[in-house]
Amino acid sequence: MSYLPYAVAAWICLVGIAGIATSKNLIHLAVCLSVTQSASYVLLLAVGYVKHGKAPIFVGLKLGSKAVDPVVQALTLTDVVVSLAVIGLILALALDAHRLAGTVDPDRLHEAQG
Amino acid sequence: MTRRTRVVVLAPALVGLGALFAWAIAGLPAFGDYRGPYGYVLNRIVVPLRHTTNVVMGTNFDVRGVDTMGEEFILYAAVVGVTLLLREETKGRRVERRTQRLRSDTVRLGGVLMVAAGFLVGIWLMAFGYITPGGGFQGGVVAAGAILCIFLVGSHRDYRPFRNEHAFDPLEAVGTGGYVVVGLTALVSGSAFLTNLFGYGTTGTLRSSGSIAVLNWAAAIAVTFAVLLLFAEFLETYDRPLAPEDT
Repeated sequence: MSYLPYAVAAWICLVGIAGIATSKNLIHLAVCLSVTQSASYVLLLAVGYVKHGKAPIFVGLKLGSKAVDPVVQALTLTDVVVSLAVIGLILALALDAHRLAGTVDPDRLHEAQG
Repeated sequence: MTRRTRVVVLAPALVGLGALFAWAIAGLPAFGDYRGPYGYVLNRIVVPLRHTTNVVMGTNFDVRGVDTMGEEFILYAAVVGVTLLLREETKGRRVERRTQRLRSDTVRLGGVLMVAAGFLVGIWLMAFGYITPGGGFQGGVVAAGAILCIFLVGSHRDYRPFRNEHAFDPLEAVGTGGYVVVGLTALVSGSAFLTNLFGYGTTGTLRSSGSIAVLNWAAAIAVTFAVLLLFAEFLETYDRPLAPEDT
């Protein structure tokens, strides 16, 4: 049981990749990519967890009491911001592809020579 | 490559990757047995040294402040990228588009309350980001999302003030640039880039944390307007008339 959160992260990553590879729609593909990326949030937060640790916010929590790692939480925040940036760009590219090729199916993009 | 061959190629690759994951996980310390020294140290020094009770934000805006600056520029670059991709496409066809207005008053009232509540939560997350859970990034996204609800429950016309790219471009630059300016101020005052200035104040109040508070607001402004700009660019391409607007 103690490895379950890591296994969940690995599973989310694999499912996301499978979704990207078999996607029939660029928007769906972007969502799959964000699923893949959320595996890293789960992994980071799982790695930083300390047994019976509280959130590293010392309001009503005595200084020096057991708390989880703030470094990985800060990294997760960076991760989320990067994910937002990537999704924004991919959706813009999907719109462009739709304008030029008239389809958002990755398999039919090559048929339409925009 | 057809979808079938792609699945055939992908399946063994995923199995291999899964095996590598299993191998890697087996080498990790068991869940909850983390032994990393940095988090342990930060949880003990950030509050006494910086008077910041939210250690995550203390880490973000002080301990690894330069890294967070890079993060802000990633978002900035993304907004510039989306703008370049989409603005050219929509240039010259800025016509008043027609959309369907929501007819249910209940839904609209609920939506308006959501806008107000969401915006308030966003501001609260920004303002108390370095004291309680929250921060400029999170608050910015929540506030911008609340504003987008105006589009959902209102119409294009109600949302128009929030699509003003000419007003938002400089505001986003102020947020992102403000971060750099705080860093440079430290440099001018004779210390290292992004050294914490302005005095640490009283722990647990809004007047605490020194530069962390200022950087938090810079990030909040940058993120709010970056996300609003992203929404504006995407809404610009949305031009399928649904039904005549009934007002």
